[in-house]
Amino acid sequence: MRGYAGKFLEVDLSTGNIKEIRFSDEILRQYIGGRGLAVKILWDRLGGKWEEIDPLESENILLMLTGPLTGYAPGARLCVSGKSPQSNGVIGSTLATELAIDLRCAGYDGIIFTGESEKPVYLFIKDSDVEIKDASHIWGKDCKETLKILVKEGREELESRYRRPGLWKDPSAVYIGPAGENKSRLAIVAAKWAHAAGYGGYGAVMGSKKLKAVVAKGTGPLPDVEDLERTMKIVDEMLKINFKRTVFRRWGTGYAGYDVGANLSSEPVRNWQEEWHDEKSFGVDQFERMWVKPYWGDFGCPTTCLKVAVIKSGPLKGAITDNPDYENQAYLGPNLGIFTPEENVYLTALIDDLGLCGIQTGNVLGFAGELYQRGILTKEDLDGLELKWGDVEAFASLTRMIAERRGIGNILAEGTYRAALKISELKGVDVLKYAVVAKGIGIGAHGIRSEEDYPGYESYPCSVQGGDHTSIARLPLDHGNSELRTILYDSGVFCWFNFFDEKAQDLLWDLLEAVTGWKITPEDWFGTTARRIIHIQRALLLLGGPDAKWTPKTDDDVPPRWYEPLGQGPYKGKAVDPEKIKEARSEYYEAIGWDENGIPKSEELRRLGLEDVDKRMEELRKNT
Amino acid sequence: MSETEHIWIARDYSKCSGCRRCEIVCSLSHEGKIWPEASRVRVFMLVPGIEIPHLCVQCDDYPCVDACPVEALSVSKETEAVIVDKEKCTACGICVEACPGKIPYIHPTENYAVICDLCGGKPKCVEACAEGGWYALETIKREDTRTFRLYAKTPEEITRNVIVKLYGEEWKEAL
Repeated sequence: MRGYAGKFLEVDLSTGNIKEIRFSDEILRQYIGGRGLAVKILWDRLGGKWEEIDPLESENILLMLTGPLTGYAPGARLCVSGKSPQSNGVIGSTLATELAIDLRCAGYDGIIFTGESEKPVYLFIKDSDVEIKDASHIWGKDCKETLKILVKEGREELESRYRRPGLWKDPSAVYIGPAGENKSRLAIVAAKWAHAAGYGGYGAVMGSKKLKAVVAKGTGPLPDVEDLERTMKIVDEMLKINFKRTVFRRWGTGYAGYDVGANLSSEPVRNWQEEWHDEKSFGVDQFERMWVKPYWGDFGCPTTCLKVAVIKSGPLKGAITDNPDYENQAYLGPNLGIFTPEENVYLTALIDDLGLCGIQTGNVLGFAGELYQRGILTKEDLDGLELKWGDVEAFASLTRMIAERRGIGNILAEGTYRAALKISELKGVDVLKYAVVAKGIGIGAHGIRSEEDYPGYESYPCSVQGGDHTSIARLPLDHGNSELRTILYDSGVFCWFNFFDEKAQDLLWDLLEAVTGWKITPEDWFGTTARRIIHIQRALLLLGGPDAKWTPKTDDDVPPRWYEPLGQGPYKGKAVDPEKIKEARSEYYEAIGWDENGIPKSEELRRLGLEDVDKRMEELRKNT
Repeated sequence: MSETEHIWIARDYSKCSGCRRCEIVCSLSHEGKIWPEASRVRVFMLVPGIEIPHLCVQCDDYPCVDACPVEALSVSKETEAVIVDKEKCTACGICVEACPGKIPYIHPTENYAVICDLCGGKPKCVEACAEGGWYALETIKREDTRTFRLYAKTPEEITRNVIVKLYGEEWKEAL
């Protein structure tokens, strides 16, 4: 088995048992790693009782997986997964962190967490020494303080237990902040600062298991590959392609906070009531004044699209975060009526520090802002806050209430979808129509009404990861942004951002072979391997439960807001035509092998050897 | 090679992206594998955003070479880099103590100290850093600027300096 360390850690947090497990060559070849393998593990272990598994109870399984290309393909990432407390399906939620490298250098391809601990703990890994350590003294700490303690303790542990001449380099870590501890469905799994596995809400799963962090130092090399010379030659070509990029290197995605609004008209503005703005105050040139590092990135990345931003003076002094990237710009900026870069950086640094997802939190803050605008939520409901568009301190206060689950924050911490159901019930009015979500997940900041941005009509309705803008359904199935392609990145596990280029995408099949020795052609991938993974993921999404279930007929759709016409800008008047959604959905079902009700077809599942999935789908087919 | 072509590797930490391409190319070149913990340059990140590539600066007086009790360390005539004789080295760690920046360390699986050898005069890490346009590492002719011991500092000392520059005075005590 080339490209793999070969072993996985299985940690039972209830009993404290730690063991090493292996997967057969056949399973790895079929499911690769990361998202693909997560789907397989979850199906095998929980598929039979999926509907009953509460994602925030001990039966859920939390996965942190690498893939054979992690550390080789430019831009290493770690895939976090499990049953998602947002969608009740499975999300392959990736983040850039050297923990992926340390794990592989310690001899592990990933970690499977089961059960839940009684008291707060963290996992400490030094090569084959793996220990569950007390985290009571870190529980309750915000993200910056948490990481500081973890790095300090980690180095002290390495220096005292593994005495050798020379300094120990810092171990890497992923961890949760207060929001994760409080089981907010908006909680991230964090790394460094401003690095997050956001989609899925796995910070809440860590919190439910009382797992504060994973800290690792692996001192070995990356796992051997089939053909190192060929591997590095291909990697070199991939690097060269990315070195030539300009926008992503120069500005990261932060060029888009102005651009997507002004040019594409697809940026959320005041909870998506508009998607256009022409606020030049929000131009990336106005963000640059805060940058202290022009390029910031992670292991093996040629693009280094992050930029470190610091507010060094004025009332918001002290905030530090990544640029912000476009999603945080949009969701914690225009979506809240905020068009001042410093205020956007301040809010972004705040959600980072609380361990909240900028997209999901910005989505629910915008939702609350609209309810306040409409008089549905009042000052009294908000503990005295006047939640006016553009009032950064009001939104910051509400963010803290969400992380701490105080007052209305306790409802909003459940995420926009669940909060909408609850508020509809409390107020006796339907507010679900203001929720811009897909399958319980706040939709990424790329709208479709103007038809100018990269997602299409099938993208959000048919994605097995709901509103996740990094995993959208696209036709044809081998489209450059197809979800089947995303599955390769998330299973590989490496960063999508270095594979926008078609040539780089094409090189991946060669790289996969050079690393693993497996010849997987595009035909194999789009016709078989990725199809197997996406069908299981779809099956688990449709099984759902226990608190929410999705019906394709009504839920494979865009939010009601997008059927309303845009009120401003060059695309004024444009709205989504329901017929186009229906058409795109039918075409997608047909192409991917789902029946007219969106359920994977029996012959398709059997073709792929997924008889057990077919059996579970038979129950759904009968009930439809 | 003439005296004028001797180099050392200057570093601008505020430009380090943290991509660790230097660790990748160094370990590939010296170990034949991607092996961050056996790289001659190691990127420390004691605080996020403050990435510190840590590698030998070739002090003019070579305290590590002087301190070595078994004469395992020597100065290359060609490059003026410190050369480790893997056979002679006992991994005693006296060179680490002698180094003002505690830069050498013991190889994770072998019994000898790991010190940058300047790749024989054309350092791979510098090439990788320049290729990506980061320029955190840069070769400087030693005749133009000798290093003395100025850049031989521990990651903690360097972090304290860089953090004040990047994040401000209030971060001085962050470690």
